[in-house]
Amino acid sequence: MIDSGTAPDLAAGTTAPALADPGRRRRQVMMGIAVVAALGLPLLGTSYLVSAATLALYLAYVGQAWNVMMGFAGQLSLGHSLYVGLGAYVAAGIFVHTGVGPWASVWLAVGVCAAVGAFIGLLAFRLRIAGVQLSLLTIAFAELARIGFDHIDALGGPGGLFLPVTNRGHVDLLGFRGPPALYYYGMLVLAAGALGLCALLLRSRAGYYWRAIREDEAAAEAVGINTFRWKMFAVVLSSAMTAVAGTFFAFYNNSLFPEQIFGFERSVEILVGPVVGGLGTLFGPIVGAVTLVVLGDGTTELLNKAGIDVPGVRQGIHGLLLLLVTIYMPNGIWPPLARALGFEPKRI
Amino acid sequence: MPAAATILNVVVSGILTGIVYGLMALGLSAIFGVVRLVNFAHGELMTLAMYGAVVAFQKLALDPFLSMAGAAVLFGALGYALQRGFINRFVHRPEHAQMLLMLALAIIVGNVLLLAFGPDARNVQTSYQLDSFELGPLLLDKVRVYAAAAALVTTALLGAFFRLTLTGKAIRACADNPLGARVAGLPVAHLYAVTFGIGAATVAVAGCATVQLIEVTPGLGPAYTLLAFVIVIVGGLGSMVGALLGGLIIGLSEALAGLLISPSVKSMVSFGLLAVILLFWPRGLLGGRR
Repeated sequence: MIDSGTAPDLAAGTTAPALADPGRRRRQVMMGIAVVAALGLPLLGTSYLVSAATLALYLAYVGQAWNVMMGFAGQLSLGHSLYVGLGAYVAAGIFVHTGVGPWASVWLAVGVCAAVGAFIGLLAFRLRIAGVQLSLLTIAFAELARIGFDHIDALGGPGGLFLPVTNRGHVDLLGFRGPPALYYYGMLVLAAGALGLCALLLRSRAGYYWRAIREDEAAAEAVGINTFRWKMFAVVLSSAMTAVAGTFFAFYNNSLFPEQIFGFERSVEILVGPVVGGLGTLFGPIVGAVTLVVLGDGTTELLNKAGIDVPGVRQGIHGLLLLLVTIYMPNGIWPPLARALGFEPKRI
Repeated sequence: MPAAATILNVVVSGILTGIVYGLMALGLSAIFGVVRLVNFAHGELMTLAMYGAVVAFQKLALDPFLSMAGAAVLFGALGYALQRGFINRFVHRPEHAQMLLMLALAIIVGNVLLLAFGPDARNVQTSYQLDSFELGPLLLDKVRVYAAAAALVTTALLGAFFRLTLTGKAIRACADNPLGARVAGLPVAHLYAVTFGIGAATVAVAGCATVQLIEVTPGLGPAYTLLAFVIVIVGGLGSMVGALLGGLIIGLSEALAGLLISPSVKSMVSFGLLAVILLFWPRGLLGGRR
């Protein structure tokens, strides 16, 4: 789609670019406000706000990672909890047994998840499995991991793996231990990094090839794209990115249970954000994550404050959002929102 | 190695469970085969029926094997209305959009059940629940036998419907060639809705048949959805006989894995089977190797 703001820009030449594209100034101001707000949030916000914002950033990050596979390359994974769980268990297992912190173990977590992603991708794409069958295969591997980790006694089995927690007031950057704000900024860096990486990818050869595969795989193959190679790149990159979120989760949450971390609900939670925000868009996963946290966790918090403690509200709202967006806004809420805010609608 | 009598008991009990599994998966297979819809809310429909049976038992003292008939009618109507009034609008959307739509419905049903009934397990306790039939060395739980019998009767009725009635034949025509069916003037929207109604009715019967064998919690849905998919994929998506065969295979292999390895790995066997079948027989055992 063509940004209406670029046409006068061309017509006016180089004499007055600022005047020619009035939307640009507004976009810069809005981005600036967003950056300042994101950086300043822990200084002003309550502890609840910081934890909710950390959750939103976490969901934005894993959503961005999932979006590489589904939004860009069109391969629907319903088992991304596999990579969160593996990343978390690798880093946590190393920490519990040897005391080595996340800065070293995260690389191993990334390597393990990339290898598992490559293994699943190799099997699925070599044997030309797609659509429902691919989605079910991803669920099957996540479920196998869930049940398998129940039987690894060295990692706590079904009783859970617990990371020793030290003084929360003390900031220990090397061990990634400290107050909630540390985790908030850590997640902010990750989410911003993922956004930047995806922006670069979309403009690169990979981005164009992925979208060609997503729209019509046979056509992509016919024009000479090695679809197997690029689908492999998408699944390996997506699983490697998700591994980092898993490592973060382990050190943020300090307890891991196979039942929860590999659960189907987790995989669903990962995909609701980017679908609600806008599949295949850059800002969709972020907008979706914020929407989920504001409506889902916000409503739960309000109900709790009113003395009503009902389970199921948060996920029920996720389901409702997914339903409404799938019916009424098949492209997600970011494209129309972007147009309203004067951004270029980036549904590419 | 366990005694021969134990193994025989486990095998028969696995077969009985497998028959009920087959019925549960039959609905999913019919919906996929005809409407081409991946019903990610199948397990939630089953859980909903289980709660219906629990409420009918607690409020009206209705035996689940009797409330089964009412559940089939109610769920048939519900399924018809859902497909006719809602899902039919989405049959031309891309596959992933339909999957996400059904996933959204599944999440909503599961969490509405959680809101309505709370997280605690419910169960139905009838007077014959712990009784069993004795046949030589065989000890068969009465509930399991009744459940399998109900599943067999329902399956036979369904088979008769698809083979003998005009509507059933029209639905099979739709499955074979949707465009041709439309050209021939078949009311495709109506037939899709009937198919979804049948799928919902069979899974409701399966739910009522299973309710005495398990603890009913709101979170059962995804596990049953996955189980139904495992069965249908093993047998071949869209094949009715395949669904029954898949049900028997999964019922048996779960029972044997529970006996020979450990009860906690029994679902690992079915997911492992799913992965292997998906990879090497992606169209299922009866779908033919490519």
